[in-house]
Amino acid sequence: MRFDASRNQHVLLSPEAILVLNPTGAEILELCDGSRSIAEIQDQLAQQYGEAKTEEINSFLAELINRRGIEVTDD
Amino acid sequence: MTDTAVAPAAAPTELEQPFGVLAELTYACPLHCGYCSNPVEMERYRNELTTEEWQRVFAEAADLGVLQLHLSGGEPMLRKDITELVGTAHDLGMYTNLITSGLGFNRRRAEALREAGLDHVQLSIQADEQTLSDKIAGTTSFERKQEVAELVQELDWPMTLNVVLHRQNIDRIGGILEMAHRMGADRVELANTQYYGWAGLNRSQLMPTREQLAEAETVVREAKERLGTSMEIIYVIPDYYSSYPKPCMDGWARRQFTIIPTGEALPCPTAHEVIRGHGLDPVTVREHSLQWIWESSPVFNLFRGTDWMPEPCSSCPRKEIDFGGCRCQAFALTGDAARTDPVCHLSPDHELVTGAVEAANDPTRPQPGELIPRPNPGRRS
Repeated sequence: MRFDASRNQHVLLSPEAILVLNPTGAEILELCDGSRSIAEIQDQLAQQYGEAKTEEINSFLAELINRRGIEVTDD
Repeated sequence: MTDTAVAPAAAPTELEQPFGVLAELTYACPLHCGYCSNPVEMERYRNELTTEEWQRVFAEAADLGVLQLHLSGGEPMLRKDITELVGTAHDLGMYTNLITSGLGFNRRRAEALREAGLDHVQLSIQADEQTLSDKIAGTTSFERKQEVAELVQELDWPMTLNVVLHRQNIDRIGGILEMAHRMGADRVELANTQYYGWAGLNRSQLMPTREQLAEAETVVREAKERLGTSMEIIYVIPDYYSSYPKPCMDGWARRQFTIIPTGEALPCPTAHEVIRGHGLDPVTVREHSLQWIWESSPVFNLFRGTDWMPEPCSSCPRKEIDFGGCRCQAFALTGDAARTDPVCHLSPDHELVTGAVEAANDPTRPQPGELIPRPNPGRRS
């Protein structure tokens, strides 16, 4: 993920796709740093955005995993 | 090229910044694949851009908003300055993708490319066994590709294997997927041949039958279920067998463009003849800025948006879904790039496509024939 100055937005770059992220999406992706578990990320976002957003956040994370924008490891 | 998934989508009529550039660094290539989409008139494109010219173009592209740079050819590893070019693009913040046959990709150069910041390697595969693979490639290359895949794994790059499917290898699709998994691919792109350039000349020898396609689709579906997320499989359907055309390039000069070895800029990698056929002068980065080319050049505005469309496209509810299909295909089949893509079942020229499909499925035709090999034009810079 990097900030694209010419579009004034964060973007996630992968082999054949580009995701243009809104500020919330970029913030969520910042948390996916390889050290936090999915549960920790979910907890932190629940605190930040409230439980009401849980479903929306989970579907965003699922979509990212599905598109291989983030990788989940076993350990 | 495959579609680029981009969100959010803006209205296609509004001029966006380009997301990606395909830089075809050279048309020289040690392989002779008969499905190659490079132009038949290769001799025209030997006066390649210099290192400094490409570097300037990459900087202009980054300023224009380009985020992704695909380095291809021909065989891009034939450029001695490939590492330098990757380094420049990387320093400009672009995601760099090398599309290679694997020939010329040795340990020393791989390590240098890693160091220079290359993000991703796309390796072409012709078949899952040596004899057929080397026959399709027209040169000994199967073993080399296995070694390159190992090297890519060792250097911890994400790796995509590209397989162009056609009549002579589509029955091997199950074995190809198994081999790709063994080679450690993160993604496999199984793309049915598109009939441009050399592939256009070889169409009758390349087009698969209905039966072959039905079998291939079953194998792909089962492999997707079996492999889950461990290897992503992308299957690009053959448009000749579709009812609607592909949304080619997501619209002419809308999200990405191509720069060919001589510096000519094209809205799509196979538009060389479309431009000339339309009586337009080619636009090159040697004479114009990329910004002018993208925003103002007659070539890039030729089929931009939907105003150019004839019927049945202009009143079609799908006009902003498939953008009238492929301009190069309309030109190749009808001689007029401004017509509806004949692949569309609503096109008045659709019989040009159904005729070819029927010929491919004719049980009395002699089989199999030889492919016209794509020659290697060599390099002159």
